[in-house]
Amino acid sequence: MIESKLKVATCSLCGCFGCHMSLLDLDERLFDLTERVEFDRSPLTDIKESGECDIGIVEGGIANVENVHTLLEFRARCKILIAMGACAISGGIPAMRNQYELKDCLEESYTRGIGLVDAQIPNDPEIPLLLNQVHPIHEVVKIDYFLPGCPPSADAIWTFVSQLLAGQPIVLPYTQIHYD
Amino acid sequence: MSEELSFTLDGRRVPFQDGQTIMTAALAAGFYIPHLCFNPEFTPHGSCRVCLVKINGRMQASCTTPAAAGQTVLSEIEEVREMRRGILQMLFVEGNHVCPACEKSGACQLQAVAYYAGMLAPHYTHFYPRRPVDASHPDALIDFNRCILCELCVRASRDVDGKNVFAVQGRGIKAHLVVNTPSGKLGATDFNITDKAAQVCPTGTILRKHSGYEIPIGQRLYDRKPINVVGDVAALAVSKGGRRHD
Repeated sequence: MIESKLKVATCSLCGCFGCHMSLLDLDERLFDLTERVEFDRSPLTDIKESGECDIGIVEGGIANVENVHTLLEFRARCKILIAMGACAISGGIPAMRNQYELKDCLEESYTRGIGLVDAQIPNDPEIPLLLNQVHPIHEVVKIDYFLPGCPPSADAIWTFVSQLLAGQPIVLPYTQIHYD
Repeated sequence: MSEELSFTLDGRRVPFQDGQTIMTAALAAGFYIPHLCFNPEFTPHGSCRVCLVKINGRMQASCTTPAAAGQTVLSEIEEVREMRRGILQMLFVEGNHVCPACEKSGACQLQAVAYYAGMLAPHYTHFYPRRPVDASHPDALIDFNRCILCELCVRASRDVDGKNVFAVQGRGIKAHLVVNTPSGKLGATDFNITDKAAQVCPTGTILRKHSGYEIPIGQRLYDRKPINVVGDVAALAVSKGGRRHD
């Protein structure tokens, strides 16, 4: 009997895709991984909407309404949801804008920036509205596992995924727990 | 009395002398108890609560509790570790501890203790307080976002440097570190980078300017080895990745 593969979805919300780069740093271990799992919605597959999944891996925090929408979709479709990286876990670098009013951030970028011509704040209806503050994802939905790092190293991801797939408790060695 | 005074820490015998606390006796015997506001060179403060242990069934701060003969002290049990992680998580959400953007990362005692305690996420809702950065001093920078109110700089400046540069103002959640000048700016004080107060911060609040990335991220004190092995950053010489300038 062929064992059916676990379905995995991944996404990057308000992150820099660095965690996904780290995922790709698994290198040849990706072959081992794809023996065991099948990727559903993910930047790696370009599937736009997730089906029912066993594991969801979320990079990035919540900074706009689309992020919230995607996160709620992941929570609804994924049995296990994992917060990967500093932004998903604590808001990270994008959350440093929480020190300022959103209006000030937009004006600094779009009306006071250097070399701007006909400066205006973008307001196309296609652009998701920004939230007043950036938040970590556990403030919005229940998260089952946290994998810290900026980004977590490929080794940390591999330790984590291997233990998770084996149904073991997650125990990361000291050198694989990093907040930076 | 001929018999040596002792208590047990996680089942190991720890000798002590009258006047020692559980923390000082444990450290002298080579046993690590996580701590942030405690520094063996200063009178204990007991404010961070990270050093809490279970003494004869009660949770107490080991840095302020006097050692007594026959005490049963438990530190590395899950109940204590869980509570310690909770305290660390509260310290993290109360300020703005953005490790990826902090030049102290990797040589930060707060971060190192959190690694040691196995904290994977801050769990609680972030406060994201709005706090200033003071870059007015030519050699030092204060990022108030990272202050955990341990008062080590307050104690060092008052007791060792004799300058009284720092104080904690306000109460409860409004308590915050201030610089003791009318402008509130460090540049207006006689603070010097060789002062003791510049070397004791357990976080990245008081930073030495111009040398932030001399040691690359990934090659720093706590990047490879845990704090119970390498020790406190404030107790180590600069040449060993610490902060001590003597």
